[in-house]
Amino acid sequence: MPAKFTRKPRKGRKSIIPGFGLTMGFTLAWLSLIVLIPLSTVFIRAAGMGLEEFLEVGFSPRAIAAYQVSFGTAFAAALVNAVFGMIVAWVIVRYEFPGKRIFDALIDLPFALPTAVAGIALTAIYAGNGWIGQFLEPLGIRVAYNPIGITIALIFIGLPFIVRSVEPVLADLSSEVEEAALSLGATPRQVFTRVILPTLLPALLTGFALALARGVGEYGSVIFIAGNMPFESEIAPLLILTQLEQYDYAGATAMAVVMLLVSFAMLLFINLVQAWSRRRVGA
Amino acid sequence: MISLDGISKRFGTFDALRNIDLEVRDDEFLALLGPSGSGKTTLLRIIAGLAFPDAGRVSFNGEDVTDLKVADRKVGFVFQHYALFRHMSVADNVGFGLSVRPRRQRPRKPEIRARARDLLELVQLGGLEDRYPAQLSGGQRQRVALARALAVEPQLLLLDEPFGALDAKVRKELRRWLRQLHEQMKLTSIFVTHDQEEALELADRVVVMNDGAIEQIGPPEDIYMAPRSSFVSGFVGDTNSLPVTVADGVPRFHDRPIAVDAAGVAEGSARLDFRPHDIALDGDQAGSLPMIVTGAYRTGGNWRVEGTVSGLSRVIEIDLATDRPPPEPGQRLALRITRGRLFPDEKARP
Repeated sequence: MPAKFTRKPRKGRKSIIPGFGLTMGFTLAWLSLIVLIPLSTVFIRAAGMGLEEFLEVGFSPRAIAAYQVSFGTAFAAALVNAVFGMIVAWVIVRYEFPGKRIFDALIDLPFALPTAVAGIALTAIYAGNGWIGQFLEPLGIRVAYNPIGITIALIFIGLPFIVRSVEPVLADLSSEVEEAALSLGATPRQVFTRVILPTLLPALLTGFALALARGVGEYGSVIFIAGNMPFESEIAPLLILTQLEQYDYAGATAMAVVMLLVSFAMLLFINLVQAWSRRRVGA
Repeated sequence: MISLDGISKRFGTFDALRNIDLEVRDDEFLALLGPSGSGKTTLLRIIAGLAFPDAGRVSFNGEDVTDLKVADRKVGFVFQHYALFRHMSVADNVGFGLSVRPRRQRPRKPEIRARARDLLELVQLGGLEDRYPAQLSGGQRQRVALARALAVEPQLLLLDEPFGALDAKVRKELRRWLRQLHEQMKLTSIFVTHDQEEALELADRVVVMNDGAIEQIGPPEDIYMAPRSSFVSGFVGDTNSLPVTVADGVPRFHDRPIAVDAAGVAEGSARLDFRPHDIALDGDQAGSLPMIVTGAYRTGGNWRVEGTVSGLSRVIEIDLATDRPPPEPGQRLALRITRGRLFPDEKARP
């Protein structure tokens, strides 16, 4: 059914809301101006290099290490957020408690806060002499200045994406559905794994994709807590900037192309999975 | 046999149920009928184990189940808004109860599928196994919900306003079909409704509830023909209600004596209830009620005539045969009440 609804209006057939041609044209022009043209310059520059040179600078050992740090930490942070963001959304939707509105507003704060502020604050807390860091350090856990620190910064940045994606779907899931499952003999655990989680999956994937994408591109909050050690805690965006500062335009462009392609492939994949699961839910 | 003994439930300061005693016989089809807020759904949820009483016991076949959770009571529950699992196919919905059983008691997948197919056949939805709930109509969804509840072979079937979300025609069809299904399966069933027609048509016995208490329990015929309170007569079927004063064994409406037997009714203010069809127009002025016609319309085989009686703010409705044209507005009719019922005055009237 949903597949039918998304079919584009045919020529000559009247649609209730007019202006498909106009809005589609506008969309394409806008998308070109804002997204495609700036990004295409990256490809045009990269095309100036030979393939050999491109592979050499785009996949230098230091660049590969940076990709690993960037994608690895973003993935880990999105995964952590998927679990805890869902719990936060659950609490906001299902329970009433004093201060709920304030709590609700706090969740959006990572959207608005300058990321550098977040980075400095997190570093101050998790560094070896910080509020939390001073207790972790004796236990042999170092958080700041390594990939764990990067992940924590990305968790902070990504939280609202998961919460805000899951919230409306959860609000729509009536408690009757849970009661129905219970009355059929399901255990609370089965209610969660067989009923609630599958219903939330499309929204969870959306939130996950958004948090992941944001994490891969994040720069401001990460550089303060990361320590930025090449081969260890240097993220790809920082390496690109470093190369630019050293007038290594070829290296920066090659890395940008690699990151663009990988990010695009990941997002496309997640979107396809999501479309598939959404079709099953019939939402 | 299901028995409820002194069930009470409060929500904050609101008494949802007060001291309810009720026995449900085996294989019976019982209706809990009442206006919204009368406590009927709360009572059903307590029987199911989806809610727990503050006081009182629930027992199934002599076994106390008051503290058992819904999963352990072996009841099937059908919700007003179906509550289907929308990410599962129809067959998976129906088979859900079997598929969540502990591994040892769980039938194999093909068996679950076969059982789901049989049940869908039973609820006349054969061939729709692989559809998703979003692709079904409201009536079909409710049948799936019923099949899903029956799949676990419950000892008791509970239905909360099962037809509430459906349109009138589908509702009537589904009602007749459910009655047949009940006769075929002989499964003790309790359903909640605020629709008196539904209760009278389907149930073996009707429990009329008001304000957290039971007003009357009985077969539909008794509830309609011999209501025990002014609330029941007003809630079940159309009723006209006159405030009267009983003195010397004669009910009087604004000093006008009304020819209705008042034997055994206490002196003082009372309610005189009569159904639209419980009147005759035979011109006898003494003891009749003068009505001025304001309008008339057809209800099936009758004229439903509306009119006013001086001294009464509410409209009086009567039924007249259609072998004659309906009375004109403004015409005066003298109503002789052929079957009236007197109740001691109650302040709370619907």
